[in-house]
Amino acid sequence: MLVQPDRVHRSVYADPAIFDLEMERIFGRAWLVLGHESQVKKAGDYFTTRMGREPVIVVRTGNSIAVHINRCAHRGSMVCAEGRGNTERFVCPYHGWSYDTGGTLQAVPFASGYEKDKLPAGLKAVPRVETYRGFIFASLASQGENLQSFLGPAKASFDDFVDRAPGGELEVAGGVFKHAYNGNWKLMIENHLDGAHPAWVHASSVAVARNAPDPGKPGAEHYSDIAVRQMRQNGAPDAVWEAIGMWTTPRGHGYMGDYHDDSRLVTGLGNPVFDLYRKKLIEEKGEAEADRILRVTLWNTIVYPNCSFMSQFRQLRIIHPIAVDRSVVYTYSFRMKNAPAAMFRDTVAFANVVNGTGSWVLTDDLEVYERIQHGLSSGAVDWVYVGRGHGRDVEEPNGSRRGATGTSEIFIRAQMRAWLDYMSA
Amino acid sequence: MSPEQFLYYEARLLDTQQLEAWLELFTDDATYWVPLEKDQREPFETSSIIHDDRTLLELRVKQARHPRAHARLPLARTVHQVSNVMFEEQNNELKVHSTLQVVEFRNDKQRVYGALVEHRLRGTNGSFKIAHKRVDLVSSEGELDGIAILF
Repeated sequence: MLVQPDRVHRSVYADPAIFDLEMERIFGRAWLVLGHESQVKKAGDYFTTRMGREPVIVVRTGNSIAVHINRCAHRGSMVCAEGRGNTERFVCPYHGWSYDTGGTLQAVPFASGYEKDKLPAGLKAVPRVETYRGFIFASLASQGENLQSFLGPAKASFDDFVDRAPGGELEVAGGVFKHAYNGNWKLMIENHLDGAHPAWVHASSVAVARNAPDPGKPGAEHYSDIAVRQMRQNGAPDAVWEAIGMWTTPRGHGYMGDYHDDSRLVTGLGNPVFDLYRKKLIEEKGEAEADRILRVTLWNTIVYPNCSFMSQFRQLRIIHPIAVDRSVVYTYSFRMKNAPAAMFRDTVAFANVVNGTGSWVLTDDLEVYERIQHGLSSGAVDWVYVGRGHGRDVEEPNGSRRGATGTSEIFIRAQMRAWLDYMSA
Repeated sequence: MSPEQFLYYEARLLDTQQLEAWLELFTDDATYWVPLEKDQREPFETSSIIHDDRTLLELRVKQARHPRAHARLPLARTVHQVSNVMFEEQNNELKVHSTLQVVEFRNDKQRVYGALVEHRLRGTNGSFKIAHKRVDLVSSEGELDGIAILF
């Protein structure tokens, strides 16, 4: 068995044949996060992305959202150049076959040359598309469990993300980082809930931030404060990391509790901008509900297999596996439309310093992913050990399973159980 | 020193890994900006590959020297090739446009970048200080491996 209770065979990360099977059985079946409704507000709005290795177009057609494989039914060209925009038709650049936004073939030049009943109906549709709280999901498989059951207890993380926005109004804004690394897609998914890594991987940025000028008080803040505060938080003591919550679901999703105690970074603790924001939430929902929402302290969430997000700074990452040892990650920021404008500036500053392509936090993660891939391509040692906290996992009543401590590797073991379910079904 | 000579000198400091001396070229109120988007108008509502004030730029240089700065240990070897230098005076500063090609080598991987660069220079004692540097990578909107060098 390649996947055992507390260890995983290296070929799961390094064997191209296993990668091909993953694209078919995991990325070809699971619900994948594709984006957010704010990216396709009006009829004809579209953006291109990938589902695993399949190029797709996500488009608003009247009241619904459709997802098409971005490939002409004639000779195979992508009908839509990569990017986003608004259109009535997708016209193939090769021979001018055109499709409406629903994917139906509309016009074929030199039509008399084809046998009429042999012409394809249109672009191949991605069979299942659903949304949850404004987030767009699709599955390449026509059959399977519905989205709600797939998400299970991980719905709480999306609820937290959306409930924090006054009026529930969120929009993708501020540009998209697209970064790549020479490593397997799972290396990122296995890193974002790992509370034992910042002290080592991010040691340099933590050390420098500790010696940086102290952040200013309200009214005398510096542009550098968000960066310095966040990097200092990465250096939280071991006891803090051990104490945070760590939950996983049967589908491999996972989410961690908050490790922040910095009043400038965490909402609801007396910062002037946050006070204004909290007032907005109270006006809308009443004090008890607003406080309940702000007390939810979920930090990173993984939606297995392709998404990682965190609601407090409204960052969402989608991973695109390119090859067994090559991955591309798109990082989106979200604006709360009805919150004070300064909060989005914090989001942008946070995105640059933590998730950006030139970040001195992210680049150390990428370096380590590449070193892992290097190590795992060696056949001299077979096993990857994921036993931190093994044997002490706690069953929760809502179907989730909690790590014995915040640094338990339970989230990798849960991902690997889900991996095995997909791969052997 | 002419503006061209100054830009060559700046590039030489980066290529010889004299990061601290390079940092000294910047004024205390300087900004160093590598936008994410083509024609990006501002750095506060849209993300940037790098947007540092003088404090963050100094921290960035210090981080690069830390013994556990994994992505910068060792520092990449680079060549910064500056050309097409044009300049005009503007509000007591010199606005300098140039093009930049960078070759980076690290971990058996060679990478090439091209960029349009804008400097705003302030003259002091026959030399210059950089008040603002903007580097528009032609690949800024593409799928890029992590960037751990300075332009």
